[in-house]
Amino acid sequence: MKKNKKNEVSNLKLNRRKLIIGASSIGAISLAPKNLLSQEANSENLPPNLPEWTQYLGDGVDVNPYGMPSEFEGHVIRRNVEWLTASAESSVNFTPLQDLEGFVTPNGLCFERHHGGVAVINPQDFRLMINGLVDREMIFTLDDLKRFPQTNKFYFLECAANGGMEWKGSQLNGCQYTFGMVHNVQYTGVKLSDLLLETGLKDKAKWVLAEGSDSSGMTRSIPIEKILDDCIIAWAMNGEALRPEQGYPARLVVPGWEGNMWVKWIRRLEFGDKPYLTREETSKYTDLLTSGKARMFTWVMDAKSVITSPSPEKPILSKGVHQLRGLAWSGRGKIKRVDVSIDGGKNWKTAQLHSPVLSKSLTRFTLPFEWNGEELLLQSRAIDETNYVQPTIGELQKIRGVNSIYHNNSIATWLVSKNGKVDNVRLG
Amino acid sequence: MSGLGRCILSFSLIIFLASTTIASDRKFNLGQIASKEEVAGWDIDVRPDGLDTPIGSGTALFGEEIYAEQCAACHGDFGEGADRWPPLVGGEGSLASHDPEKTTTSYWPYASTMYDYIYRAMPYGAAQSLSYDETYGIVAYLLYMGDIIAEDFVLSDKNIGDIEMPNRDGFLLPDPRPDIINTQGNPCMSDCQVSTKIIGKARDIDVTPEDE
Repeated sequence: MKKNKKNEVSNLKLNRRKLIIGASSIGAISLAPKNLLSQEANSENLPPNLPEWTQYLGDGVDVNPYGMPSEFEGHVIRRNVEWLTASAESSVNFTPLQDLEGFVTPNGLCFERHHGGVAVINPQDFRLMINGLVDREMIFTLDDLKRFPQTNKFYFLECAANGGMEWKGSQLNGCQYTFGMVHNVQYTGVKLSDLLLETGLKDKAKWVLAEGSDSSGMTRSIPIEKILDDCIIAWAMNGEALRPEQGYPARLVVPGWEGNMWVKWIRRLEFGDKPYLTREETSKYTDLLTSGKARMFTWVMDAKSVITSPSPEKPILSKGVHQLRGLAWSGRGKIKRVDVSIDGGKNWKTAQLHSPVLSKSLTRFTLPFEWNGEELLLQSRAIDETNYVQPTIGELQKIRGVNSIYHNNSIATWLVSKNGKVDNVRLG
Repeated sequence: MSGLGRCILSFSLIIFLASTTIASDRKFNLGQIASKEEVAGWDIDVRPDGLDTPIGSGTALFGEEIYAEQCAACHGDFGEGADRWPPLVGGEGSLASHDPEKTTTSYWPYASTMYDYIYRAMPYGAAQSLSYDETYGIVAYLLYMGDIIAEDFVLSDKNIGDIEMPNRDGFLLPDPRPDIINTQGNPCMSDCQVSTKIIGKARDIDVTPEDE
C-alpha cells in the first residue's frame, strides 16, 4: 500500500522503527512548548505598590512537612514521549535539563526508565543475595549494608539511548527530549569491594550478574574488574533515601557506564566465570552497524555536552547580554574543556567550567554572549581528560551508520532565529 | 560464682570464640549465610552454555496453546506484533538493511536467553508465573515459527544450549571505542572547514509532544 506523506507523519507516531525519516519538507509546523514564557507581572505588586505577601502572613512551619518547589515552577517536570513505547510501565521520561542550574539534579526530576514499572518495597523486606563463585553465599538486609564503611560520590547516570532518536536527523525539538536521559546525584552506599570482603571471591569469578527484583527481573553482566574498581550498592541520593523510581531501597551504581547496568531494586549478585548474555545485553543495548553486525558490551558513556539555555525550550527573549549555559560529562573521567560555537562550528570559544569538576559527573559550563537579533547556530563540544573530543554526527555516522540507536554522543546544533526562537537542526 | 553465673560465662565465651573465628575471614561479620533453599528460590538465571537451566521440556505444538493464551494479545498470533508491541519473529536478512527488524529469531544470539527472559519477565504484568515446561514450549513455538526447529522437536534443559540461532555470530567484541580519534584534544578553533547548511529541522518532523 502506498502512503502519502501525511500518512507517513501519523505513522511516525505509531512506529518507533520507522520514525526517523529525512523529511525536511513535510511542512507541519509545531509551535514551541507553551511553558516558555514566565507569568506576566501584576503591576499592583510592583514599585511603588506594596504586594500582599509583604503585608500578610504566609504559611506556617506546619503546612509543608516535605517541601515542594514553588507553584510558579510547575513547568519544571519530567516529560515523556507517549508514542515512543507501547506502555508507560516499560518506558522512559526525560530530565528537564533546560530548567536546571549547577551540576546536581533534584531527586524528583531525575529521568525514569523502567521495564516493568516502579517496584514498591518495604525496606524491612529488602534482601540482597550474593551467590555463585564466592567463598560464602550470603544475604544482607538494608541495615547490614548501612553498617559497612560508607562512600559518598557524585556520578552522572546516562541511558545509552539518550539522543537515540537523532541518529538519522533532528527529530525531537527540545533539549529535554534529546539530552534528558541523564541525571547527576550524590550517592551514599557501600563499595562492592568492601561488601565482597564479607563473602570472599573465588579465583574463577570473572563476571557478575546483577539482578533487580522488579517485575522485569532486570539483569546485566558486569566484569569483575569494574565491580571491584568503583561500583556501589547505594541506598541514598542527594542526602535522602533513593526515590522509589530510582530503585528504593537500594540500587547498583556503575560509574561512567550505561544506565541500564545500574540495576534498580537490586536483589541479587551472582558471580560466575562467563558473562550471562541476558536479553538486555544481546537483543537490547547492542549497537547495530551498517554491516548487519552489532557491537556488544559497549559499556562506557563517551564524552558529551549540551547547551541547556538557549535551547528549543529556552528562546532568547531580549537583545543584549545573556549567559549561555550547558552541561558536559564523560564516562572516562573528568571534563577538561568545553568549547562553544555560535556559527555552526566554524569558530569556537572556550567556556568557563564551574567547580566542582568531578570524574564521571556532570560539569556545568557557562559563556556570556551578546545577541543583537542575528541568526545563530549554537554548538558545544566537550573534551575529557583522556583528550577525547566530542564528535560530530557525521563522524559517528561514518563509522557506525544510523541504526545503532545507542551511544549517540554527537554535537547538537540549536538554530537561534531572528525572533529569538530556538530549533533543533541538523547541519550537513 | 553460682552455677547459673558459670553457665552464662561459658555461654558468652562460646559466642566470643565463635564470632572471632568467623571474623577472621569475614571482616565485618555482617549479613547471614544463605541457605541452599534461599538461593534456589531466587537463582533463576540461565546461561547460554545451558548452566543452571531448569529441568523441563516442551514442543512448539504444546507451546502454541500457551502462546495463544499468554502472549498473542500483545505479540500477535504468529509473533508479528500488535500496535506498538514488538514482533517476536520475522526480519530474517534485514539486519544490514535501512530498516533492520530485530526479533528473537533474526537477532537474538542464544535460545537460552529467550528462556531466561520469558520466564523472568513474561507475561508482561505477571512475571514468573509460567511453569518451566510452559516456558520451554513458548520458546519452541517461537523457534519453530523462525524455521529453527521442527514442530515436534522437544526443547529441553538438555538441548537448549545447543540450539544454533541464525545470528549467533552477529556480535562484535571487544568494544572498539573510542572509535572517533579526531584531533587528540586539539580540535580546530577558528575558520574551521565545516558545512553550516541546515539540512533538517525537528520542527518539520513534528513529533515533539507539546504541553497541554
